[in-house]
Amino acid sequence: MPNMSLKKNPMPAQDPNVRNKNFEEVTLGYTKEMALDEAQRCLHCKNHPCIQGCPVMIHIPEFIAEVAKGDFEAAYQIISQTSSLPAVCGRVCPQESQCEKYCVRGVKGEPVGIGRLERFVADWHNANVTAAPEKPKANGHKVAVIGSGPSGLTCAGDLAKKGYDVTVFEALHLAGGVLVYGIPEFRLPKAIVQKEVDGLKALGVTIATDTVVGRTISIDELMEEEGFEAVFIGSGAGLPMFMHIPGENYKGVYSANEFLTRINLMKAYKPESDTPIQHPKRVAVVGGGNVAMDAARCSKRLGAEVYVVYRRGMEELPARHEEVEHAEEEGVIFKTLHNPVEILADENDDVRAIRCIKMELGEPDASGRRRPVEIPGSEFEIEVDCVIMSLGTSPNPLIKSTTEGLEINKKGGIVVNEDGLTSRKSVYAGGDAVTGAATVILAMGAGKTAAKAIDEEISKR
Amino acid sequence: MFRIVRKEALKPTVVLFEIEAPMIAKKAQPGQFIILRVDENGERIPLTIHDYDREKGTVSIIVQIVGATTEKLNHLNEGDCLQDFVGPLGKATETEGKKKVAVVGGGVGCAIAYPVLKKFHDDGAEVHAVVGFKSKDVVILEDKFKAVSSVLKVCTDDGTYGQKGLVTDALKELIEAGNQYDEIFAIGPMIMMKFVCKTTEPYGIPTTVSMSPIMIDGTGMCGGCRLSVGGEMKFACVDGPDFDGFKVDWDLAVKRNQMYKDFEKHKHEETCNLLKKEAN
Repeated sequence: MPNMSLKKNPMPAQDPNVRNKNFEEVTLGYTKEMALDEAQRCLHCKNHPCIQGCPVMIHIPEFIAEVAKGDFEAAYQIISQTSSLPAVCGRVCPQESQCEKYCVRGVKGEPVGIGRLERFVADWHNANVTAAPEKPKANGHKVAVIGSGPSGLTCAGDLAKKGYDVTVFEALHLAGGVLVYGIPEFRLPKAIVQKEVDGLKALGVTIATDTVVGRTISIDELMEEEGFEAVFIGSGAGLPMFMHIPGENYKGVYSANEFLTRINLMKAYKPESDTPIQHPKRVAVVGGGNVAMDAARCSKRLGAEVYVVYRRGMEELPARHEEVEHAEEEGVIFKTLHNPVEILADENDDVRAIRCIKMELGEPDASGRRRPVEIPGSEFEIEVDCVIMSLGTSPNPLIKSTTEGLEINKKGGIVVNEDGLTSRKSVYAGGDAVTGAATVILAMGAGKTAAKAIDEEISKR
Repeated sequence: MFRIVRKEALKPTVVLFEIEAPMIAKKAQPGQFIILRVDENGERIPLTIHDYDREKGTVSIIVQIVGATTEKLNHLNEGDCLQDFVGPLGKATETEGKKKVAVVGGGVGCAIAYPVLKKFHDDGAEVHAVVGFKSKDVVILEDKFKAVSSVLKVCTDDGTYGQKGLVTDALKELIEAGNQYDEIFAIGPMIMMKFVCKTTEPYGIPTTVSMSPIMIDGTGMCGGCRLSVGGEMKFACVDGPDFDGFKVDWDLAVKRNQMYKDFEKHKHEETCNLLKKEAN
């Protein structure tokens, strides 16, 4: 008899006033009992619409059936057939607009907690199963993957499972891309990312850190001199945007990428880290996406009073609803319908305030969103000693400027066909490098598509 | 991990490290830099490439011991390994097509001026070198400079060696003496580069500087190293490190580099104490 409760089992979490002072994970995950109970809510409907909502098409009802039986390892194996990073995706996917959006239980009541169950299963496996996965039989073909973010890791994992000799080239000193430098510890513990990366290494994937493709080695050299038969570019969209308003170069103005890299990758909040970070008293985070929420919540944890400055209203915030809610609970103050016009500094060039203008929403624009319009004469200053610009990122131009014949669109994204193939023979691309800043799971889906196409191309030779 | 194959103290606080890094050695060009991390808790610091040996697969850097990270680095010996060493980063210095140039180096900046100067020389230019140091006991690389430049002026602030005074004075003398330079290339402390530009601007001699802002990744993903050049925002790690010195907003660049002064001072003391304790 299924569990007909209209509500999902709630996820235990740290108290907001405790967690806004530490970097430990906010949500604590289901216990075994909660997982068993939640799994009973799945109706195992015939056309399982949830699967269509998952960009990597995990066999959702099948794994949930194993959870309900208490066979968590069997559930893990089912997820692993299609997903390389379940502990990550269970945490950071916007399930409300993917798998759970299509869940039949969501028609009346809340959908099944698919993400929470996926997370539970992956965490259970990581805690309880130490045996290395069986290394697939080598097929003798070499593929290079550029970038170790979600798309690169997924592509590498899928190819390794088919017996390819895969090397992932990463510019930074740690693998994971945005999973290690961008998403904070309190949303995605770095030990979990490391565990997933170790899993790929166990499959035979080589991870070459400290290698900047385009500088240390070029794509042409990889193919002509190093014997790689195909290349997947998953270099992401790491180039931060600024507003180009006066005062953006003053001390205390960060891009969200810099601020988050110092905190997440370099651990600047820990006393033993050699990397410095400003410990601001009052911070303005400019922007309203998930990255802005991450920057705001990190600032809060450094002890600051934090304002999120966003030019549209609360309803228009592009961040996940859950992230906004968490930020509010932790004491982040939202200054919506505000747009910065200038950053002001003292005689030392240290930030002292941000000047904003109030906005109102006008007619919908081409994108269908109501356009923010300035209210004349409404400028005022918010006193802050730190400003974090979180306006989005675009693809880093390094690869395109060092690879001849690679077609790029107006926004700097690499042009690909439906298989992820670029304008260069045997060179594929996916994730943010193609689409501009998007989600982890979309990047994974693109890595998966390209892995399949690469396998088909090489198999035909 | 990247092995130190040679360590040589050029002066008590100026140390050369030759690092095993074949991929970087294969690609390195004068003017480019690397980013290194000493250990697990280490920060990422940029250092310009001093020399490379493509055959041997090594890259040399010359480091002035000024803070926590360089102190830790100096604690390592031949055979020890660096946690991370990545590069070559930034654009190479453009040296082709010049007939006569002056290269100005200040302090440990001379270590970086050297490969650029040598490249100008190898590309067929007549090269004049002006190198400045605080005093005699920190003068480095004099013989190497002598070998590739037709005029070499060594200056010390206190007059204990060579010409007494600043590099800008010596440079001005060369210009006043009628030397027609196609370009002047300056590298050293920001304040020195700023005053080199102030010196050359009235003469209208194109002046290139190698900027050294604070960096983290060095690949263009954070903008920590941004500068205002000709009113535009530039990232030194990908757009530079070389820029037209007349267009750089120097006061802002100097101030941005002092952002973490207090933290750095504190961390340096802490590291020194720790290293002392280990030694006992």
